[in-house]
Amino acid sequence: MKTLNRVAVALFATLLSFGVSTSASADKTKVGFIYIGPPGDHGWTYAHDQGRLQLEKELGSQVETTFVESVKEGGPDAERAIAKLAQTGHKLIFTTSFGYMEPTLKVAKRFPNVKFEHATGYKRADNVSTYSARFYEGRYVQGVIAGQVSKSGVIGYIASFPIPEVIRGINAFMLGAQTQNPNIKVKVVWVYTWYDPGKEADAAKVLMDQGADIITQHTDSTAALQAAADRGIHAFGQASDMIQFAPKNQLTANMNTWGPYYVARTKAVLDGSWKSQDTWHGMGEGMVVMAPFTNMSSEVAALAQKTYDDLRSGKLHAFSGPINDQSGKQVVAAGAVADDGMLAGMKFYVEGVDGELPK
Amino acid sequence: MLRLEPRSSHSVLAAWLAPLVALVMTFITGGLIFMAMGEDPAATLYIYFIQPLVSASGLSEVAVKAGPLVLIATGLSFGFRAGVWNIGAEGQYIFGAIVGSSLAVFFHESTNPVLLPSMLALGIAGGMIWAAVPALLKTRFNANEILVSLMLVYIAELLLVYLVHGPWRNPQGWGFPGTRTFPDAAVLPLFFVQHRLHWGLVLALAAPLVAWFLVAKTRFGFRVRLFGSAPLAARHAGVRSTRMIWMTLLIGGGLAGLAGVIEASGTIGQLMPSISPGYGFTAIIVAFLGRLHPLGILLAGIVIAVTYIGGENAQIVAGLPKAVTGLFQGVILFYLLAFDLLTRYRLVFSRASRPEHA
Amino acid sequence: MLDLIIPSVMTMMTAATPLIFAATGELICEKSGVLNLGVEGMMLVGAVFGFIGATVTGDPYMGLVIGAFSGIMASLIFAILTLLLVSNQVATGLALTIFGTGLSALVGANYVGETIDRIRPLYVPDAADGPSVAQLFFGHDPVVYLGLLVLLACAGFLSRSRWGMILRAVGDSDVSAHAIGYPVIRIRFAAVAFGGMMAGIGGAYLSLAYTPLWAENMSAGRGWIALALVVFASWRPIRVLFGAVLFGGITIVQLNAQAIGLGIPGAIMSMLPYLATIIVLVLISSNAMRIRLNAPACLAQPFRAER
Repeated sequence: MKTLNRVAVALFATLLSFGVSTSASADKTKVGFIYIGPPGDHGWTYAHDQGRLQLEKELGSQVETTFVESVKEGGPDAERAIAKLAQTGHKLIFTTSFGYMEPTLKVAKRFPNVKFEHATGYKRADNVSTYSARFYEGRYVQGVIAGQVSKSGVIGYIASFPIPEVIRGINAFMLGAQTQNPNIKVKVVWVYTWYDPGKEADAAKVLMDQGADIITQHTDSTAALQAAADRGIHAFGQASDMIQFAPKNQLTANMNTWGPYYVARTKAVLDGSWKSQDTWHGMGEGMVVMAPFTNMSSEVAALAQKTYDDLRSGKLHAFSGPINDQSGKQVVAAGAVADDGMLAGMKFYVEGVDGELPK
Repeated sequence: MLRLEPRSSHSVLAAWLAPLVALVMTFITGGLIFMAMGEDPAATLYIYFIQPLVSASGLSEVAVKAGPLVLIATGLSFGFRAGVWNIGAEGQYIFGAIVGSSLAVFFHESTNPVLLPSMLALGIAGGMIWAAVPALLKTRFNANEILVSLMLVYIAELLLVYLVHGPWRNPQGWGFPGTRTFPDAAVLPLFFVQHRLHWGLVLALAAPLVAWFLVAKTRFGFRVRLFGSAPLAARHAGVRSTRMIWMTLLIGGGLAGLAGVIEASGTIGQLMPSISPGYGFTAIIVAFLGRLHPLGILLAGIVIAVTYIGGENAQIVAGLPKAVTGLFQGVILFYLLAFDLLTRYRLVFSRASRPEHA
Repeated sequence: MLDLIIPSVMTMMTAATPLIFAATGELICEKSGVLNLGVEGMMLVGAVFGFIGATVTGDPYMGLVIGAFSGIMASLIFAILTLLLVSNQVATGLALTIFGTGLSALVGANYVGETIDRIRPLYVPDAADGPSVAQLFFGHDPVVYLGLLVLLACAGFLSRSRWGMILRAVGDSDVSAHAIGYPVIRIRFAAVAFGGMMAGIGGAYLSLAYTPLWAENMSAGRGWIALALVVFASWRPIRVLFGAVLFGGITIVQLNAQAIGLGIPGAIMSMLPYLATIIVLVLISSNAMRIRLNAPACLAQPFRAER
């Protein structure tokens, strides 16, 4: 942050003397980031910011980064913020939330020489790439652990919005858990927010009241984990390692690791090889990393490690058949794996998940 | 010693001076805050308040941001003048956007030129319906309109979430929330392709002018002002409070709904889980900053829009946190309210200890 | 089923506590004739400074005290503007909310992601024993009990004490109270400050016990709910308790219903607390007689000694 300030002050002094926005300073390439929340959320945005910091660390001599935080998706703000970055000489811009899809495309049309990377989206253009991570692989590992560790056989799942990414996560978790305990129950509560600590804590308490002895979440704050820890219940962290918030209760966490991808794409811009593409990397490419396996027996830790290793090497696929949906219909045959198409648009629960999917 | 002495009539000069003084005080306070944060006050104030206005793109962005604010605030000013506190403009904005956009969602392949005007009309209707609820509950059941309209904001937000995740979701959207992008016939055309100025902004500009005419030159406007400042006198003059409450709430709701459908069709181009960066609430500040006068609201909307744009610039160029913008807005309002009293009271140096007769 | 009821009631009590504090404080403030819409802003100020206080001193109770104090400070801005400078109470209250939201976000920016030692319940049973009636009565954290105590104290103060009667007189007819010789402005100042203190504690409870962390806007509208609760309770403290538990309860019930597997869309269910507030508001307000009996007649009207 201090470096950024010093750089920014120097830059601004130049701006002030010219009184007008200038294009990029001759030496360093500027890379911009649009965040949906604050880097301090210790969740989704934090992970992206860690990626940005890694980019600065590795390519700091050639690159300087800027970020704009808490940019709202609805309304004119997103398009304006992205355009501002493009206008001030940023050559590569990462927009880190699904809701930035249309604004990114609109700005990309106006600035054909700037490259854009949109996270978790599905529309591309000549200068717009999309990227996402196979978070569900991490959920599978979590499920395996939970299936072993849970004594009550009931898992509490705090879900945000019924979009494919979240549903994939629930399903992968379930499939993983079922390999250890075919009768495992997963109770899902939809809080309709990515970040609301009060609500997340409430949801955790309610799930625990209803008998869940493990909590997992697809929301961004540490509140649920802390609420679980208060009652001595185990839980999983989300998007980053949250062990410091629950040293005795976090089992592991999905860690979104964007750094290597950001470095690779920036290098591509620097050497001119950047092309529009869709990237969906998982454990194999190091985009999803599991936090150390803690607070469990060494056998479970070993099992978790093996599952992780197998997913990484490709020996194991989270969605390998036979898989039935909730109604009993087979959706993946024995011996096959779910293809990316089915995964990307997943709007059904697998067999064994209680409750209906919100329409 | 310094004393406050009531004026016999409102001072018009002070009424217009107060916002300016408030602004200047805000600059000074802002400069102090920046110094405390270790930033150069003059430079940072420049980024916040001047830079958005020195380039064409900056100006157009200010206009795009100010448009909905001015529109909503104009509508609210009627209610506030009459002492009817519509805090739920955000909800009326959202519901207006929902109702207006329903045409674009259902007739997503249409090229009919009637589509857009119908959407705008429906948007106004939607906002009015949402405002009719607090109006009804206040006039029939005496329920406080502040709280009812506020609760309805949350309900409208959740309704939007439900619709874009469920029944109105784009079937080709991979399950992500959001309607289809609106067909061209449903999108407000740009009149400046380079920047993002669309014809909806013309409506936003026209509203204060029409409102000013209404308030200053028509009997209705007179009644609104009378009702707010002297309710008993108003009743004697035949102004029925029920009708006043209904009319001012419907105007506020209608304009907010119009702003909502304009944003959805002009700036955003679809319905998504979130379509407002808090316009309904910011418009309240704009209304007060503009002294509830339509032309003042126009200026105030521009000022507030500048603080938003400037705040973003400050993040990009100087790494300042986003929260300073909200702080500024609160500070402006405080100073304004403080200096407001100068319109009603005079500062007097006096040695007398008995209050003089006014 | 008992297994579920006891924990649910306990969770409801923690959900209700910030509302109890904020609403009781606002009730006293309104009884003196002042309408302070800045509750949301004051709660956030209390939450952020309480959290920072706990981080810096290492003691969450110290944080609670600091939170209370910062609530008072925030309310004083409002008091000076409305009581001394006679500014419009509605507008000033809104300004306080906006300012408090922005200030807390700014000040708290560096503390997002920090952890503290949270306020702990008095009695925690062994996990193996399961919920019990003893836990229901003794298992809350001290602030919950404090809230109930304050509520009862305010009820007694208003109805039975001399100063409570004076407060009500100031709220019902400030000119008469002034004529008798009571210092109207000073009494209102005290009432506003009390409201600020309560809002500050309610907010601090959020960041010190409910979810021991700081996040922007973490009060999530509770200040507005508290305002509604005061009307809902017809300005009577004991009814505030019912309202707070009801509102806190509906949120919890909605989540419970989802977890059990009732198929109503979550977004619709999330609306329930707000719908319920409107419905109750209507039911209560429609009884105009009751309103007139209990609402302070001079609510939100500025006091002018020269009248």
